[in-house]
Amino acid sequence: MDSTIIIEKSVIILVVFAITMVMAMYSTLAERKIAAWLQDRIGPNRAGKGGILQPLADGLKLFSKEEFEPDTPNKFLFYVGPAIAMSTALMTSAVIPWGDHFHLFGRDIILQVSDIDNAMLYIFAILSIGVYGIMIGGWASNNKFSLMGAVRAGSQMVSYEIAMGLSIIALLMMTGTLSLREISLQQEGLHWNVFYQPLSFLIFLICSFAETNRTPFDLAECESELIGGYHTEYSSMKMGFYLFAEYASMFISSTILAVLFFGGYNYPGISWAVENWGVNIANIIGIAILFAKICFFIFFYMWVRWTIPRFRYDQLMHLGWRILIPLSILNIMITGIVILRHELLAFLGF
Amino acid sequence: MSIETISLSGRKMQVSNKEMSFLERLYLVAIVKGLIITLKHLFSRKVTIQYPEQVRTRSTVYRGQHMLKRDEQGRENCTACGLCALSCPAEAITMKAAERKPNEKHLYREEKYAEIYEINMLRCIFCGLCEEACPKDAIYLTTSKVLVPSSYEREDFIFGKDKLVMPLEMAIKNTQLKNAN
Repeated sequence: MDSTIIIEKSVIILVVFAITMVMAMYSTLAERKIAAWLQDRIGPNRAGKGGILQPLADGLKLFSKEEFEPDTPNKFLFYVGPAIAMSTALMTSAVIPWGDHFHLFGRDIILQVSDIDNAMLYIFAILSIGVYGIMIGGWASNNKFSLMGAVRAGSQMVSYEIAMGLSIIALLMMTGTLSLREISLQQEGLHWNVFYQPLSFLIFLICSFAETNRTPFDLAECESELIGGYHTEYSSMKMGFYLFAEYASMFISSTILAVLFFGGYNYPGISWAVENWGVNIANIIGIAILFAKICFFIFFYMWVRWTIPRFRYDQLMHLGWRILIPLSILNIMITGIVILRHELLAFLGF
Repeated sequence: MSIETISLSGRKMQVSNKEMSFLERLYLVAIVKGLIITLKHLFSRKVTIQYPEQVRTRSTVYRGQHMLKRDEQGRENCTACGLCALSCPAEAITMKAAERKPNEKHLYREEKYAEIYEINMLRCIFCGLCEEACPKDAIYLTTSKVLVPSSYEREDFIFGKDKLVMPLEMAIKNTQLKNAN
């Protein structure tokens, strides 16, 4: 292996990490701004021009807060909780294709940290680990509210992972690959998967709300019942890590939604742009398009948050187990029938 | 017309318990409707008033801070009759009367004046009854936009004559305006 590939990948990793952090940081500002706008208010606008420095001020505040630790027998787990939440939120970005490729210095640079062929399985594995961050943190807090929040989060995320996985199976049957790069390439132009698999998209969207613990599924931290749920006992930057992880995973799940269903970096006329303007310019536009899609989904998350109230816990479980899972199994069956329609017709003798 | 169907306000609605249709039970239509409503609010006019820079427009009969007036010659009107203190529902006003010395004729209009005149701004409810009660046109609630300034000490909220009496410059200006008209 030559050393250039190490440099190339390191640069991509650094850039992706920085972008994820900045996006998560400014998601906090966007959340507050959009919340304000949807409620006919203005929102934070004192720190910097139009409140642009508000995330820095918030971060500084969290850093300077007193670090409080509950009298817990598991100090180690208490520290590990937010670390797991944060690192799992960041790890998923490794397999996202941010663009097709650049042609620089006489070589093709693939705009992806690692193009593993089972990227979808990797994402699901990381998402499953994400539960541990919340579970361990809530359990090590030695607080009944935290424990209840953690238990809620655990059962909710495990339940919705099933429906999420099943909804993706229908998509994978169609694409025939687990690699996100392959899936992106297949959706070239306007062949976006959302037009072929709308039901799968709807189920995946609802489940990703539940997986990121966003309203209407934020029962793990509902303020009115559990004070703060799993992060009740956390203070200072450990608290900040949990909040930050939530926004980072929101960014990542918006990216996954955009890549899986909305064509990723594809836009109508990308092949024409590659021919006429060159690979680099076409892909810069592609990256911009991908980020526009991601920003729309982040906005959608926030928009839904300030529209729909929180579910009751039994309603949440009812929706997950008795509606979404059967629906996604039905979707798999329909997809299978459509894929095998010629064989089926031949078998029936038409 | 039976008593059940009469609606005086015109807003009476019949409660129905009918079964929801399949489309209604999906809730997706209702969610989309809700999203559209919140989206409309995204573009609607914001109601926030940016306080220190912007100030809410006040009513023409707005009652602000009190002022003890002076007449055209700059003499204090107040005679310490105590009617304002008597009328005050919050019992915020106290005063101590004193007799005018012969060499103080340019300071006080009548033979008696208020040596001490204090309003407790923590008690005052700005009702304006003191202004109504005053027989000498001495106390007024101005339209001043400056509210009582904040402070850490309770004593700072008891306003004495130093804060309440109309400044001399203002009295001079008022007289000049009056003479000009």
